[in-house]
Amino acid sequence: MNGGPALEAIDVVAGYAPDLPILHGVSAHVEAGEVVSVIGPNGAGKSTLVKAIAGLVEVTSGAVRLHGRDITGRRAHRLAAEGVGFVPQSENVFATLTIHENLIMGGAPMPKSVAMERIREIYGMYPVLQERMHEKAGVLSGGQRQILAVARALLTKPRLMLLDEPTAGLSPTAAGELFDVVRGLSERGAAVLMVEQNAKAALRNSDRGYVLAEGRNRLDGLASVLLSDEEIGEIFLGQRRDAVGPGGVE
Amino acid sequence: MILQHIADGILSGAIVSLGAIGLSFTMKLLRFANFSHSELLTWGAYSALVFLAFFLSFGGFLDGTIGPFSFGPALLLAMLCSCAATSVIAILLHRFVFDRLSRAAGQMTMVFASFGVALILRHLVQLIWGSDPIYYSNELQFAVLLPGNVRVMPDQVFLLVLTMFVVAALHLFMTRSRTGIAMRGVSENPDLARVSGINVDRIITCVWIIGASGAALGGVLYGTTVQLRPELGFGLILPLFAAAILGGAGSLYGAVLGGLIVGLSENLSVMIIPTTYKPAVPFLLIVAILYFRPQGIFGERSR
Amino acid sequence: MIGVVSYLVFFLILSLTFGVAVLGLNLQWGFTGLFNAGVAGFIAIGAYTMAILTGPSRDAVFGGFELPFVVGLAGAMIASGIGALFVGLATLKLRHEYLAVATFGIAVTIQLVCLNWEYLTGGTLGLIGIPNPTKAWAEGPLIQNSLYLAIVAIVVGLTIAALELIVKSPWGRMLKAIREDEVAAASLGKSPERVRLEAFVLGCMIMGLSGALYVSFIGYVSPWDFLPILTFQIWTMLIVGGSANNRGALLGALIVWGVWTMSGFVLSRVVPSEIQARGGAMQAVLIGLILVVTLLIRPRGLIGEELQVSRHARS
Ligand SMILES: Nc1ncnc2c1ncn2[C@@H]1O[C@H](COP(=O)(O)OP(=O)(O)OP(=O)(O)O)[C@@H](O)[C@H]1O
Ligand SMILES: [Mg+2]
Repeated sequence: MNGGPALEAIDVVAGYAPDLPILHGVSAHVEAGEVVSVIGPNGAGKSTLVKAIAGLVEVTSGAVRLHGRDITGRRAHRLAAEGVGFVPQSENVFATLTIHENLIMGGAPMPKSVAMERIREIYGMYPVLQERMHEKAGVLSGGQRQILAVARALLTKPRLMLLDEPTAGLSPTAAGELFDVVRGLSERGAAVLMVEQNAKAALRNSDRGYVLAEGRNRLDGLASVLLSDEEIGEIFLGQRRDAVGPGGVE
Repeated sequence: MILQHIADGILSGAIVSLGAIGLSFTMKLLRFANFSHSELLTWGAYSALVFLAFFLSFGGFLDGTIGPFSFGPALLLAMLCSCAATSVIAILLHRFVFDRLSRAAGQMTMVFASFGVALILRHLVQLIWGSDPIYYSNELQFAVLLPGNVRVMPDQVFLLVLTMFVVAALHLFMTRSRTGIAMRGVSENPDLARVSGINVDRIITCVWIIGASGAALGGVLYGTTVQLRPELGFGLILPLFAAAILGGAGSLYGAVLGGLIVGLSENLSVMIIPTTYKPAVPFLLIVAILYFRPQGIFGERSR
Repeated sequence: MIGVVSYLVFFLILSLTFGVAVLGLNLQWGFTGLFNAGVAGFIAIGAYTMAILTGPSRDAVFGGFELPFVVGLAGAMIASGIGALFVGLATLKLRHEYLAVATFGIAVTIQLVCLNWEYLTGGTLGLIGIPNPTKAWAEGPLIQNSLYLAIVAIVVGLTIAALELIVKSPWGRMLKAIREDEVAAASLGKSPERVRLEAFVLGCMIMGLSGALYVSFIGYVSPWDFLPILTFQIWTMLIVGGSANNRGALLGALIVWGVWTMSGFVLSRVVPSEIQARGGAMQAVLIGLILVVTLLIRPRGLIGEELQVSRHARS
């Protein structure tokens, strides 16, 4: 590990079609041991940002660095091997594979014996997964699915964890448990970048936060400061009152 | 009589199954209908001819037959080599045509391209080996009489056993090995597989190898039990599609069962329609299944 | 000199006749995005209908009504249209790749019917003695062929004029909207399924017209003229010329048919006669290569669609 923050995104321009950027130069950084939230209205480009960092969306200009090393344009599976874990917003488990097979997928970058050992550890941490290891992931409940999705990404002990709305659709209790898992990750030294719909809950469980709007940085700062910021209330409670869904009410 | 049709249907269905496995996988994974897949059966059959001549030239124990079969060790070796050769063809086609087009254009462009590729592959066979039927061996075989007055050739029994063996081996591969599990994962959700650390390009190569090897085996077995003709694969385009679509794209057992259904319906159809219309049967199956259950028997509804 | 001119006339008649089918395909693929892999089948329906309606009567075979040429053309279009209506109703709901498989199967089935339903189609022998109207108008093959070329040119001109009108109409704009985005198209009001079906039927009618022109010129019809390679040829013409552009479609027809006949001519000279039969295989390899290489290096064809701001903004 050499100098620089665990993750550093500098002026990232990225999108799904060559001539149609969604991110117009977004910057963010996460230190090791830190939990950082990305919040913003629907369509702001939050998912696009984490996908660009994970190597799923092409970065057309700007740079992404991992512990000071430039990883811009590196392909997703290589990043996974270098310690980037990613839990996408939707379809984040393999519904047609069993729980055990989902975990095996997560261990792809490691030698088989190491991966099997890690799967045993994961089963120790989440006994519910072990109980149902031979069932298809598609039959799991929402909360169990999210746990499996995080567990799959955890398998390689990533140094940077990217979570895209991990608590969406969860009950407050389940969401609370998930935030505990996230905290645990950072306490073990990982850097966590977490996209959240529920701005308040997210900021309460983070060290810092970024607010994105229309593919640009809008605000950033310490979570406690952002929590009391009026503009955030404007962005979220003004425009998106209707979008306060199940995990959106505290 | 009906028993004989059933037996013939299962046997021709086994060949369709072997070919359809690869078609079904590539349809699911690369999301395009590959009209040139059936030409891989032709190339598998004809390239085995070349390897066969090579191994026979050594004479000795290679040159001879095994038990009641019309072939000997040389053809078995040739079959393995042909799987490798056909895989190389498939990978080259992927690398230089389909993969490039999938990046630059869309799936439909890949479908056109597969038309062109099919035309090229088929007529190259005709250019190189001519249009007359060819046989691997001139050995005479005696049919075995099964109960119910059903006649089968020993080679056909071999065909059936080998197909069952291949399917069982693939089943183990897809459920036990990490590569096999990754194949299933990639076909469900390529992006999630990527971020899990799977090299999707490597998995796609594996899928082509499996698909092309299945096609090569199907082609060689067709050559053994019927004959080699340049139009061998062309005549199988609709049966292969019917089997893959019936079974649901991406499903191993679907493709196998689909192949059997196609073989059986083709052979049983001659009891109600003139034999000359037999080639239309797979098409009718395709239309029926697409109308009533577009995701196939085993397929999950596409997202 | 006469030889060259009469060959040129002959060549133009055939390539423009195929050009008509390319125009029909262009309506389906270029403008609407429908993948029809059964072009040969719809050309065959038109060809056989023409033969049955205008051909001489004979024993044990249906038809031979000896009707006028124009009635034959109209009948061919109607018959192909009816065939397309049934096919379309059964298959147009399918996803693209399945539509390709289904229409491919239809062409195979139509060819089987041509081959085997002897009462209707004359079976493997086909139907002969189809009248060419120009034979009654003038003496001498060159003049007759020139007159036929004029007929074909008029048909091409009318078809293009009609297509241009259609494409510019509100219905035509609907086609492009469907090609770009079905969901957005649905919001324009008309049911996309209905419009797709209409475009499919109309395109197939034009293909039937092409088949009718073909048999009247050649004078006979045989099931071997409608093999899947014909579908490949028509598709290659469209791709090489550039889809969604009627001039491109015609240019593609001229070029691809030119390459096809020239290569046939060259191969017949250079290839030793004992493997002459393989010359056809070389031609097929060539046409396959043209298709694949065009797709790889110039996917929009020689003259592609004029770029328009038809992409709806994504946001
Ligand atoms: N796969 C895609 N292809 C094309 N455009 C896309 C794609 N995914 C997202 N977009 C567009 O990119 C923009 C940003 O989307 P993104 O998913 O990053 O937003 P988000 O901030 O995550 O929103 P949400 O809160 O709804 O998850 C949107 O306008 C969206 O329409
Ligand atoms: Mg999002």
